[in-house]
Amino acid sequence: MPATLADLGMPLVPWAAVSVVLPLTAALVAALLGRHAHHLAVPMALAGIAVAALAILDVVRHGVIETTIGGWTPPLGIALRLDGLGSAFLAVIALVGAGVTLFARAGFGPDAEGRETRRGYAFWPLVFCTIGGLAAIAVAGDLFNLYVGLELLTVTAVALVALDGKPAALAAAMRYLLFALLGSLLYLLGAAILYVAHGTLDIRLLSRSADPETATLAAVVLMTAGLMAKAALFPLHGWLPPAHGSAPAPASALLSALVVKAPFIIMLRLWFEVAPEIATSVVAQGLGALGAAGILVGSLLALRQHRLKLVIAYSTVAQLGYLMLVFPLAGGSGEQQPWSAGAWTGVVFHALSHALAKGAMFIAAGAMAEAIGDDRMDRLDGVGQHLPIAAFAFGLAAVSLMGLPPSGGFTGKYLLLTSAFASGQWWWAVVMIGGGLLAAGYLFRPLSRLLAKREQPGALLAVTRWRQAIALGLAMLSVLLGLLSLGPYELLQIGRPGSAVEGLSS
Amino acid sequence: MNALLPVVTLATSLLAAGVIFLLPESSKTVRTVVNLTAALGKLGLALLMIIGVAAGETYEATLTLLPGLDLILRVDALALLFLTLSAFLWLLTTVYAISYLGDGPHLSRFFGFFSLCVAATTGVALSGSLITFFVFYELLTLSTWPLVVHKGDGASLAAGRRYLIYTMSGSAALLAGILWLEGGLGPIEFTRHGSLDAGDPTVLIGAFVLMVAGLGVKAALVPLHGWLPSAMVAPAPVSALLHAVAVVKAGAFGIIRLVYDVYGVTLVNELGVGLPLAIVAAVTIIYGSLRALQQHDIKRRLAYSTVSQVAYIVLGTGLFGPYATIGGVVHLVHQGLMKITLFFCAGALAERIGVTRVEQLDGAGRRMPLTMAAFSVAALGMIGLPPLAGFVSKWYLGIGSLQAGQHWVLAVLAVSSLLNAAYFLPLLHRAWFLAPADDPARPAARREGPAWLIGPGLVTAAAALGAGLFAGLPLSPLGWSTLIVTRNYAP
Amino acid sequence: MTAPALYGLCGAALVGIGLYGLLAGASALRRILGFNVVGSGIFLYFGSLAARHPTLAVDPVPQAMIITGIVVALAGTALAVAIAIRLHDETAPARPPGEAEDRDACDPR
Repeated sequence: MPATLADLGMPLVPWAAVSVVLPLTAALVAALLGRHAHHLAVPMALAGIAVAALAILDVVRHGVIETTIGGWTPPLGIALRLDGLGSAFLAVIALVGAGVTLFARAGFGPDAEGRETRRGYAFWPLVFCTIGGLAAIAVAGDLFNLYVGLELLTVTAVALVALDGKPAALAAAMRYLLFALLGSLLYLLGAAILYVAHGTLDIRLLSRSADPETATLAAVVLMTAGLMAKAALFPLHGWLPPAHGSAPAPASALLSALVVKAPFIIMLRLWFEVAPEIATSVVAQGLGALGAAGILVGSLLALRQHRLKLVIAYSTVAQLGYLMLVFPLAGGSGEQQPWSAGAWTGVVFHALSHALAKGAMFIAAGAMAEAIGDDRMDRLDGVGQHLPIAAFAFGLAAVSLMGLPPSGGFTGKYLLLTSAFASGQWWWAVVMIGGGLLAAGYLFRPLSRLLAKREQPGALLAVTRWRQAIALGLAMLSVLLGLLSLGPYELLQIGRPGSAVEGLSS
Repeated sequence: MNALLPVVTLATSLLAAGVIFLLPESSKTVRTVVNLTAALGKLGLALLMIIGVAAGETYEATLTLLPGLDLILRVDALALLFLTLSAFLWLLTTVYAISYLGDGPHLSRFFGFFSLCVAATTGVALSGSLITFFVFYELLTLSTWPLVVHKGDGASLAAGRRYLIYTMSGSAALLAGILWLEGGLGPIEFTRHGSLDAGDPTVLIGAFVLMVAGLGVKAALVPLHGWLPSAMVAPAPVSALLHAVAVVKAGAFGIIRLVYDVYGVTLVNELGVGLPLAIVAAVTIIYGSLRALQQHDIKRRLAYSTVSQVAYIVLGTGLFGPYATIGGVVHLVHQGLMKITLFFCAGALAERIGVTRVEQLDGAGRRMPLTMAAFSVAALGMIGLPPLAGFVSKWYLGIGSLQAGQHWVLAVLAVSSLLNAAYFLPLLHRAWFLAPADDPARPAARREGPAWLIGPGLVTAAAALGAGLFAGLPLSPLGWSTLIVTRNYAP
Repeated sequence: MTAPALYGLCGAALVGIGLYGLLAGASALRRILGFNVVGSGIFLYFGSLAARHPTLAVDPVPQAMIITGIVVALAGTALAVAIAIRLHDETAPARPPGEAEDRDACDPR
């Protein structure tokens, strides 16, 4: 009975707050539990998915939900805001988080004699903190809260990269940290300028007050530069491949799938919600060009890698490039299409399905690396027979990354391509289609290895079926996102900014 | 109920694929039962819908992915023609493959992707809109690649890479064409006489060229045919599938859909793109035959013959006129029946008596008489000897070209028939009239059998014979093609 | 020149100096120090803006944000130094016992 549900008024439980507090609490508990912390994985995975599902249900029922912490309203207080975009990301965070923690249970528990390991002790609090930080960014309603979430992510993500303690991992972590800290400072400076110009950092209040003035433009540009450094967007992508390549596989899955998306969510909010009127056509095209360069450079470098995890990491650089195409493609073509906000929704679809597929791919790669002892491509021959489920998961995830139907990646690409053609900007379509072919190039290299005959000597270690199945589950979700895309599409339209329809540089 | 049937038809092979993937390698019996049950079920469903469609029923199912993006499964007469062909040949190829592959490695993987490939073909047949067609067309690429590289050795992997480079680029061109067209005109469904009224000619022609190029890769039109001969390293059942049931047919079928159900004859005429298409097809016919003549590997000779024969379908499409259309459409079935026979037999020859090259065929007719008899029927049909199936196709194409006023096509048909004869007759001559070489490694004893390996080829050869002999019946391929053309395409 | 403007200019200068150190510094420690100088500059600039209206009371919100920012910068610095030390221990060549370690020279590359 929809009428009576609406009569209930606002929801009773603020799921936005719960989704942040729950993983942070888990992090504390994990630190206390020590060598027993891996027992938290199953209950937290279930709880995370349940909370995300309830949050989505509430958004569908009530529309955008605003929670004020402690009853203080903006501009003085802090508001959490749950809209379609945020709740969809909460769901993906919960799903990938569940996959990562369940897969890591075997590798990060106590050692064979039941003793606590340094790796295992540090891993669980870090992972839960990362999940908490991601959730905070998905639901934050003001720019300063977003900053806090970003910093939480930076610190935990860098620590995850350094977890193995090998010199290469430490060097990569150091490099990542310096990029990320520089990005934070730029973001903070921009936030300060915005605060001075408008007297608030609440996104909704800013969107009402922002005028196309120099201060706003300077602030948004500074913040964008900072966020691009954190999201590894071209040309600030150099830190990502070594960092994601040397982290432990489950951590890489979390980093590549979600952590680099968080700054992008902020960019979306910044350009489309805070200050949609300041972008000019040149700015939009310029941001798009950076994305296109990222797609090409990332793909070409991925083609040349000899380690599986590096291929996947460079693929992340390339896939993140697609996200930048939202700036030139959004809006501007509403009348020509039977639907609106195609590019904006398409980019979000791309981000969500990339998160699921990349998580699946890193977990599958982790399983393969466990079986052969390292992740060198030339040792992958015939591993598909040994780990059929992981190999199938890798293949399915590859389908989504290449943007082939039926998958979430295809849905996203379809929306972007249609916007490109409908608005007459065919050059972006050429980039996207070329990027898809390059993705096929770098992903079929490992895939053919998996199907090849095994000629190398040496036994492969076993990886249990259910751990491989985690990767398959995530990969299937990324395919299902494309097959059953109407529901997610409608969810994303809840609280969607008007500028997503009108376009930035109109 | 009418929405359910196409979905169930698609689900039979999808479900079979899923079950087979999950089966352990050792459970051969279960795998065989699942395979055959699904194949028989699908054939039954196709026959059920034939009866319905002949009586004027419509079957349609829609899944909305996004506002403006629908997956549409729709059963019309043309869809049924392709569906029935693929269902019938799937059943026979499965029987053949079970025997051919025996107890080889990775069989669950093989039959899983095999079923997935058939599911994709079913989807291609039943697609009701351009984007649905694309979805299944791409699925076809993805599901055939593991079959091409099945052996896992260096040559297979190289062929697989080549196959992917060609087909993925083709799909990219197809997608670009579709979205270019839809970007201006909105979603495009397949409808009678075509659904495009008007538009910017640049876009219409540009998108047409892109889409035909994309489809032409799978249909192996020259110069996009390079993947097909190298894909011959795959096991024989896979070659049969690529050449007769699924891949090249999907490309040719797509071109028919594009010309008749998207653009429509009138618009294609106005844009002047029909004749260039027919010329490309004619060049492909001659070029493929010439290259076939140069091959000494039997499977490679057959591969170039496919390049040539599939272009007949495209030729009929490009010429217009009811007779040419009937000739093209019916050749979709006839070529499938004949070519799959040839591949079944070539595979059996290689498997049983180690014959892979033309020179080794001497005396093969005495050692495997049934196989060679089937092979001969199919080869003579390919040449176009009456009353075999190939003759019917060529006859209609010839009349169609006269109707359309394109007399040069007759010359192409004549030259091509001569070339067909030149590359097939020496094979038959060697097999039947030359004495086997006395090779101690290959004793000249009769090596016919087993039934599961030989039977499918005999059945398809008989079908090719029957399709020619009984072409006048309403439910023969020719009768059905005539129904398609009179019902859907006649102006 | 008013006091807030002076603070603001000071902050801007610090940001410039720190950025130079952060981007051009050869060793990890210099970069970390550069990061902290930039941070101080931004906090100073932000704090000076709190008093932008001479007639009104000072805005307390920037102060709250600065405190958060300082905590975050502290955490980042601690992590960076910890990684730098680990990296140095892992990569530094073995030294004869008794010789003082030169931790300033640790370089991530």
